[in-house]
Amino acid sequence: MTAAAASVDREAARLTDLDSAIGDADHGSNLQRGFAAVVKTLETEPPQTPGAVLTTAGRQLISTVGGASGPLYGTLLRRTGKALGEAGSVTADELRTALRAGVDAVAQLGGAAPGDATMLDALNPAVEALATSFAAAAEAAVQGAEATVPLQARKGRASYLGERSIGHQDPGATSSALLFTALAQTADDGEGAK
Amino acid sequence: MSGPDTSYVGIVLVSHSGPVAESVARLATGLAGGDVKAPVAAAGGTPDGGLGTSAELIAEAAREVDRGAGVAVLVDLGSAVLTVKALLAEGDELPEGTRLVDAPFVEGAVAAVVTASTGADVDAVAAAAGEAYAYRKD
Repeated sequence: MTAAAASVDREAARLTDLDSAIGDADHGSNLQRGFAAVVKTLETEPPQTPGAVLTTAGRQLISTVGGASGPLYGTLLRRTGKALGEAGSVTADELRTALRAGVDAVAQLGGAAPGDATMLDALNPAVEALATSFAAAAEAAVQGAEATVPLQARKGRASYLGERSIGHQDPGATSSALLFTALAQTADDGEGAK
Repeated sequence: MSGPDTSYVGIVLVSHSGPVAESVARLATGLAGGDVKAPVAAAGGTPDGGLGTSAELIAEAAREVDRGAGVAVLVDLGSAVLTVKALLAEGDELPEGTRLVDAPFVEGAVAAVVTASTGADVDAVAAAAGEAYAYRKD
């Protein structure tokens, strides 16, 4: 989680730049605020299990982000955390199954389908590739985000632009790629838990 | 369904902008006439006065208007919709009987306040607000 927050911090300006082309130029700063709150809460009241870390983090994102990425990422983390349950440690396989539940919950909440140029275009291939390795998941998320460039946005503020949204990389897919990259780096350093 | 006659459905108006939420609340209560009995609360913008959606302000507004007969939440766009849905999915963040109403924000708010003030239950309030989608303007 700390790695994800650091990554969001580093890339906030780029996310906001991407968002200024097709959105309301707040994706980076919104996520920065949300993840700062996550880190602070995890430091003050450290949860005991990986599942609890994720549900606590998700709760903070829903409360503090202020844009659509808050409820979306908040739901992703909370549902993933709930799926992990009370287990004290988590295998890569268990994490993959839990993330699948989390991503499905995001799809249901936002009503988006693959190819709509949303974070799902990074999240879906990443969870698929997680069967191979964390590195493959991160790579799939990055490729998924890049693949949103030629797509027309069908959800969120960018959808108001219609065809003019074509040619821009989706900010939400980009931040999803950052999160999976942070997960892969953390997983390389030790066990699979964030 | 539920809706004891002793209490009124509460209305929460969620906008990305504080002034928009406040103004629509004033507009709806004003147009509803002198007989506004339903409690109405605005939850617009972020706590620091910026544009956006605040889960905290929404939960606070819902608690403020909850009289036990349910709370109808009307929203404008994007993150307002998703934040209310996420809060409802949490289960314990909003008063029991809170529902997100699928309705146009301004017209729906007027219909909701008028209907709720007759003592109608939350289903009737939601239906009245949703019917506002049918008023074509061309």
